[in-house]
Amino acid sequence: MNRRIKKKQPAAELPLVDTLSAEEYLSRITFEDDDFEFQHKDGLEHIDANFASQSYWKDALIRFKKNKGAIFSLVCIIFLVIMAFVGPGMNEYRYDQQIIVNQNMAPRVKFLEQFGIFDGSETMRTSTGSKEINYYVSNGLEDTYYWFGSDSLGRDLWTRTWMGTRISLYVAVLAVFIDLVFGLTYGLVSGYFGGKVDMVMQRIVEILNSIPYLITVTLLLLVMKPGLMSITFALMFSGWLGMSRIARAEVLKLKEQEYVLASRTLGAKSFRIIFREILPNIFGPLITQTMFSIPHAIFTEAFLAFIGLGVPEPMASLGSLISSGYQNFTSHPYMIVFPLVVMGLLMLCFNMLADGLRDALDPKMKDM
Amino acid sequence: MKKYIGKRIAISLVTLLIIILVLFLLLQFMPGSPFNDEKLTPEQIAIMSQKYGLDKPVIIRFFMYVKNLCQGDFGVSYVIAKDTPITILLKNRVPISFGIGLEAVTFGAVIGLILGILAALRHNSWLDTLCTVISVLGVSLPSYVFAIALAYFVGYKAQWLPLLYDGKQYFASSIMPMIALSMFTVATVARFTRTSLLEVLDSDYMLLAESKGITGRTLLTRHAMRNALIPIITVLAPLIVDLMIGSLVIEKIFSIPGIGSLMVSAIQSNDYNVTIALAFIYSVMYIVLMLTVDILYGIIDPRIRLTKKAD
Repeated sequence: MNRRIKKKQPAAELPLVDTLSAEEYLSRITFEDDDFEFQHKDGLEHIDANFASQSYWKDALIRFKKNKGAIFSLVCIIFLVIMAFVGPGMNEYRYDQQIIVNQNMAPRVKFLEQFGIFDGSETMRTSTGSKEINYYVSNGLEDTYYWFGSDSLGRDLWTRTWMGTRISLYVAVLAVFIDLVFGLTYGLVSGYFGGKVDMVMQRIVEILNSIPYLITVTLLLLVMKPGLMSITFALMFSGWLGMSRIARAEVLKLKEQEYVLASRTLGAKSFRIIFREILPNIFGPLITQTMFSIPHAIFTEAFLAFIGLGVPEPMASLGSLISSGYQNFTSHPYMIVFPLVVMGLLMLCFNMLADGLRDALDPKMKDM
Repeated sequence: MKKYIGKRIAISLVTLLIIILVLFLLLQFMPGSPFNDEKLTPEQIAIMSQKYGLDKPVIIRFFMYVKNLCQGDFGVSYVIAKDTPITILLKNRVPISFGIGLEAVTFGAVIGLILGILAALRHNSWLDTLCTVISVLGVSLPSYVFAIALAYFVGYKAQWLPLLYDGKQYFASSIMPMIALSMFTVATVARFTRTSLLEVLDSDYMLLAESKGITGRTLLTRHAMRNALIPIITVLAPLIVDLMIGSLVIEKIFSIPGIGSLMVSAIQSNDYNVTIALAFIYSVMYIVLMLTVDILYGIIDPRIRLTKKAD
């Protein structure tokens, strides 16, 4: 069947078999070594990826890898995390170091300045027209480089942007922690025990849910001193509600299953059933929910910083950088562009990653 | 159904009471005092405390507060506009905020619907890709990113529209805030319309309708859209929340004299009375809207009503 006819004798020109004797026919055909092997050697075991029995996680991994957007987001987030750690140490400035004479310097980078971008010049628009100015040249600072420029107090924006990214990432980690500690436990307990416990716990959630979280968070921060601690507290106050709802719904789906009943019959206590029997089976939706609460938390922090309730000066967060850059963004747009881009990238990537994870972990939810 | 509505209203009322209590208690524990002026002598402060009723016990002040709230009297501003009743401060601002909010919702819903429908009808075309990109961007990026980009490119560079709010050119100066505010709505509505319309177009009853000879517009409006639009109501709640939060920042960016920017300046200048009054107004708006949305679900889609009952 795999018999190959030599090229010099194409199949169409071979006379029909019955007009020739067997020897004659065979003499015209040569066999080659690989004639009796499968054409695709690597496919010796033919497994259809769609129907192979695989573990849920392996399946999810395959689906996740196919999602280009999610992979790109993951790479991007890893890059931003690395930059947040090493970025502030990459030049000689400190985030709170003020050099008043070097205020409002446009971005300037050593290599790129040759190409006319990042060369430290900016266009000033006045009523008489616009002109190009370069503070590095006019102030005699040919050896100074502010990669992202400097702000109105002469602080290096490169360092401050990455310090701000650290705060956003701290908030991201915090959001995960809140979800897993408060939201998850609350939802599991409420869903598993049901009855009166569930009734009371759900009424509490309903009431908390109908208070706009904007109000809670703002008022909390008014009472407490603005700072990282009060932002942490504010996020803890409202961050766990979504997670508790998902966790409860998932537990309700599983708790009547036979294997839970079996475990109970064997004498397992509630604690063991919740954490050893139910929890491992609902990881998918929980991870998705956690991922979605990250951009939400980052946004909340940036929002608070924007209206002036963020980390106090001289600390910087992306929100407070955007807020202060906004004051003079028409004359010095570079002050707002970099924090805004980092912020946008963070939000976009975490959202796309969460989307990708949801599609991978729960294919039924796709496109919702 | 009646029982469900009754329960929802009861919960809303309890929430409102709790909010008032919390707001009032917060008012007591705020750092600093409204009379943060070093020039004031203790006697003057005492006189002023008496004038504003701050010398009475907490409980009496609470009941006074609730009574005043019910009468629509939020007290006077201490800092922003000394001695001006908050009601007067709000009178000019509320219509502006509501106007822009309403414009944003309408614009967002219309554009989102059009985009979603086009994407579903031309599935896997460039329109579909455009719709996906817009919905990912709109859902992910905070509204002030759009606002600042618009303000810079359209308002400052091109100078097509006024950069800052100008009362004399209401419509022109409300365009940019409207677009920035509505991006989230556009994105969410487009995404949901697309998904649910695709699902409906794929269903058996659409095939039946088509094979009966119904064509074109009738098929789309009478058969597809009716069912496709129901799920969109479920995303109304997050839209409302986003609009309310977005309005604070957007109003600040475009210096719109609305309640959002008033809230921000009240927070920044420690004007408690104004902050609390606005927090109360926002909460009432939020609770009423959530209640309406929840009841709407029940009326439009019987399935939701039944599952809620079973809860």
